[in-house]
Amino acid sequence: MSQSKDPAIPSNCTRLTGSEIMWATLEGEGVREVFGYPGGAILPAYDALRKFPIRHILVRHEQGAAHMADGYARATGKVGVAIATSGPGATNLVTGIATAMMDSIPMLCITGQVSSKVLGTDAFQEVDITGVTLPVTKHNYLVTRAEDVAPVIREALMVAKSGRPGPVLVDITKDAQQATAEFDFAAAAPRPHRPHPMLRAESEEVLKAAEMIRAAKKPVILAGHGVIKSEAREQVIALAERLQIPVASTLLGLGGFPASHPLSLGMMGMHGEAWVNQAIQQSDLLIACGMRFDDRVTGSLATYAVHAKKIHIEIDPAEINKNVKVDVALIGDLADVLETLLPHLAARKSSAWVREVNAMKGECAVRDIQNLPDTGHLYAAHVMHDLWHATGGKAIVTTDVGQHQMWEAQYYKHEEPRTLITSGGLGTMGFALPAGIGAKIGQPDKEVWVIAGDGGFQMTAAELSTIVQENLDINIAIVNNGYLGMVRQWQEFFYDKNYESSPILSPDFVKLAEAHGIPGVTVRTRAEVLPSVKAARERKGPFLINFMVEKEDSVYPMIPAGSALHEMIRRPDHNPLIETAQDA
Amino acid sequence: MLHTFVALVEDKPGVLTRVASLFRRLNINIVSLTVGRSEKPGTSRMTIVSEASPSAGHRIMASLYKLENILQVDDIGQHSSVSRELALIKVAATPKTRSHIFELAEVFRARIVDLAPESLMIEITGVESKIEGLIQVLNESEDKILEISRTGRMVMRRGQHTSRVLDAMRVAGVETESITETPEQIAEEVDLPQ
Ligand SMILES: Cc1ncc(C[n+]2csc(CCOP(=O)(O)OP(=O)(O)O)c2C)c(N)n1
Ligand SMILES: [Mg+2]
Repeated sequence: MSQSKDPAIPSNCTRLTGSEIMWATLEGEGVREVFGYPGGAILPAYDALRKFPIRHILVRHEQGAAHMADGYARATGKVGVAIATSGPGATNLVTGIATAMMDSIPMLCITGQVSSKVLGTDAFQEVDITGVTLPVTKHNYLVTRAEDVAPVIREALMVAKSGRPGPVLVDITKDAQQATAEFDFAAAAPRPHRPHPMLRAESEEVLKAAEMIRAAKKPVILAGHGVIKSEAREQVIALAERLQIPVASTLLGLGGFPASHPLSLGMMGMHGEAWVNQAIQQSDLLIACGMRFDDRVTGSLATYAVHAKKIHIEIDPAEINKNVKVDVALIGDLADVLETLLPHLAARKSSAWVREVNAMKGECAVRDIQNLPDTGHLYAAHVMHDLWHATGGKAIVTTDVGQHQMWEAQYYKHEEPRTLITSGGLGTMGFALPAGIGAKIGQPDKEVWVIAGDGGFQMTAAELSTIVQENLDINIAIVNNGYLGMVRQWQEFFYDKNYESSPILSPDFVKLAEAHGIPGVTVRTRAEVLPSVKAARERKGPFLINFMVEKEDSVYPMIPAGSALHEMIRRPDHNPLIETAQDA
Repeated sequence: MLHTFVALVEDKPGVLTRVASLFRRLNINIVSLTVGRSEKPGTSRMTIVSEASPSAGHRIMASLYKLENILQVDDIGQHSSVSRELALIKVAATPKTRSHIFELAEVFRARIVDLAPESLMIEITGVESKIEGLIQVLNESEDKILEISRTGRMVMRRGQHTSRVLDAMRVAGVETESITETPEQIAEEVDLPQ
């Protein structure tokens, strides 16, 4: 009888079950943590798990497993692994897979499947998950034989992280898990990854780009998620500093370029500050670095940066000229491309353009919510600002989707890559809590804050229990405005304040936390913010703060969908909320 | 406009779905798609004809290459190439009315491959316009077309555009420099009659 403490399979034994091969391959690839939930079709794999030095985090819903693997990947740069059973387990992963796909996150999902003999017969808990996930995975596989398990998993991991990364799903039939095969890790190595044949950064193009950069009077760097993925921070800083080019970031690019850098403008797009979007609209050269001109970033394409030439540095050839027509495309890994570009550029001392952009900033600061008097009322912007201040901008912050997400992006100044973890492309509510768990597992020594709205938090709140079971030191901030706030804001601006189905009732979040054994407090005034954050940080273990913020506050500025970047709704000079508060 | 792509793909279950799914996702209609085994074991060659804006070619090709099972893609565009389609056409015809169909078939270099008391079957190969020409003439002469089955366009570029051709030539000791793409006139001749 083997003992459960056996570290691994004896090395002389190479004939293993498909399940053992699955874990041994993951172990060989350096995987040490997986997020999952068992069920019939994946039970053989769970049965074999105890023989391997892999930590399994039991989730409360498979969507959580996918978001945890995603948060893990975003926080570490490694491939996150999620495991689920067939049928409902597999379909529960789908939202998480689509979230990872839209943000190009390297992730491996392993699902159990009914036995190969009954495939296609509507057997109990059978679902064609490779069919279902085909459009939301980078690639997927159905494995029906034990001997294919190792090569497929190794190839899947390579596909997930190579080129433009993305989620990959491996569906393994129950009989393939149970059958035995020879296991030879080395022999299962995949063919080297074929780079996309349309990558192009030829020297004429690089020279042309360099010439355009030298000639530009009003250049702006658009720093996207690619800066973080390609680890091109140093090169982007060098480019910006050498030619004194201001840097605007996409939501997912935040942290790629240090927020405190004098050339940092902050976030661009729908909820970008006015000076950022104005700088882009007035620019004569946009240098897009690892970003894809998403509609939330460009507004109306017809009016987008019409005076600007565009250089697009991007790893995915399919993104070139997709939304915005560019003048020069350098298609390749951002860090590599910038390395070849930089030697062609000489330093420039000062820039009238930078002074001009800074002047625009000054004008906006007047309207800033932080300049409003402390009326005792609590604004989400204050919460974000104070949280940033208390954590020195160094915490890993995961956010959900909605107003609080935009306030976080505006007021929490991220200095380091991989410190903002948020669902940008898909905008998936319920993301923050599980993604925060994944991030903490991946970066146990980092301070992790989960920031969620009262609506989104309720979508995946069951994972509170996972935090406790795994004994994780995670702090949770709920921005509680009693509304699906972003929906309410759209209804206010564009639907005559018809607040249909946007007021949302919530449980007492502090009591909910306490029911899980997690302490928490409710905060109603600005004065209580810092002390509560301090308490959360000092306490070992999880802590929840329920911030009761202004109910009908809106995120400003806002560019209505499809409008030009400069046609923004500005924060009112006199905030009616404040005035009523003073009247009261 | 019509875009024609020739793709070498792995011969595995689901590859066709992946290709078709890509076009669906891009909201681009596939006009025709043919697929069959290629010269290389374990691979198939597809000819995909799609209707999309003139600028869509780059994005379609780049997206096709993102599919893991796609080995090679060629956007035929204006390149000199041979295009063929095969059609089977069943026409209502009695022994009395057959003869003028035989004549038509002769003119179009088509073949009669089945004869029945009430119908006959024509096999025709050629560029699409030739096949459409025959169909039109049959309609105009009031023959009743009972059934049409077409393969869709199959395309191959002329001459030495792939490195594989060059490699083969080198092995054969042929001076590669002297090989140029087949002139357009020859293309015209081979395709006649329309
Ligand atoms: C799964 C999902 N369903 C619906 C939406 C649409 N949606 C976007 S923001 C939002 C409101 C979020 O409310 P809350 O979590 O309270 O955050 P707030 O905007 O109030 O900060 C909704 C419903 C979404 N993004 N994701
Ligand atoms: Mg809310």
